[in-house]
Amino acid sequence: MLKRLAPHPLLSLTLVLVWFGLVNKFTLGNLILGGFLGLVIPMVTAAYWPNRPGVSRPFKVIEYALIVLWDICKANVEVALIILFKPNAKIRSHWINVPLELTSAEAITTLAGTITLTPGTVSATLAADGGNILVHCLHTDDPDGVRDDIKSRYERRLKEIFE
Amino acid sequence: MDQLIEIGITFFLVVSGIFGLAGSFGLVKLRETMQRLHGPTKATTLGVGGVLIASMLYFGLVKGTLSFHELLITLFLLLTAPITANFIAKTYMARHVKVDDLPGTDRRCGWSVYDDPPQQPPAE
Repeated sequence: MLKRLAPHPLLSLTLVLVWFGLVNKFTLGNLILGGFLGLVIPMVTAAYWPNRPGVSRPFKVIEYALIVLWDICKANVEVALIILFKPNAKIRSHWINVPLELTSAEAITTLAGTITLTPGTVSATLAADGGNILVHCLHTDDPDGVRDDIKSRYERRLKEIFE
Repeated sequence: MDQLIEIGITFFLVVSGIFGLAGSFGLVKLRETMQRLHGPTKATTLGVGGVLIASMLYFGLVKGTLSFHELLITLFLLLTAPITANFIAKTYMARHVKVDDLPGTDRRCGWSVYDDPPQQPPAE
């Protein structure tokens, strides 16, 4: 019964929170309307997500989000310093090939987004079978170090969250 | 106390202005499209983030009303910025980057912009 009413509890909760964010007011009426949307939208769209991702450790997600937020702040300062003070001739950009251990599409998408938002790297494309990710690095003297950083800092944590 | 609040809000506005300017300046200064992508995806994120924090502080402390749709803007910004960057990167690669300039994947399959996926998807 509960499973039929709320087939995707996390999506329902997200929809309620997003609804509150959109109307920007806490009232009972908004809670009822948001709750209604949170119940109806997952039911109507259930056909479109047959294999939904399981998140096995919710607290790891919070830890990961905090680490990424902190890294975004660091990334901003680093990139701004490179742009403002490094002469173009001294900027050494590299393409970096990062082999992936992650297999689920959601985990790889999260990793690609994280790479783009964090220090000096933009994810460019995947290998045709999804086994590698190609990363462009704005400035580094040590491409292998950047690759190992991505693997140990982000991929290891995502592996714990999604698999 | 009022002055402290105003100093705080001003601080976030100035910080966001500086980062927004740095990110936009990167578009002019850097030489290649792939390098230019780095400016808007990062520096601008903090630029917009600073304005949103200042806005939340202003409404919370000065106007006395709780305002949290800024969080939603931040969330959508963080979700969409990497996707846009990825689209631009892929288009640029398809048109201007030769596969020989890239590092190989060290496996049977090449990069998806240049190579077709395997006929049988690998068993998972």
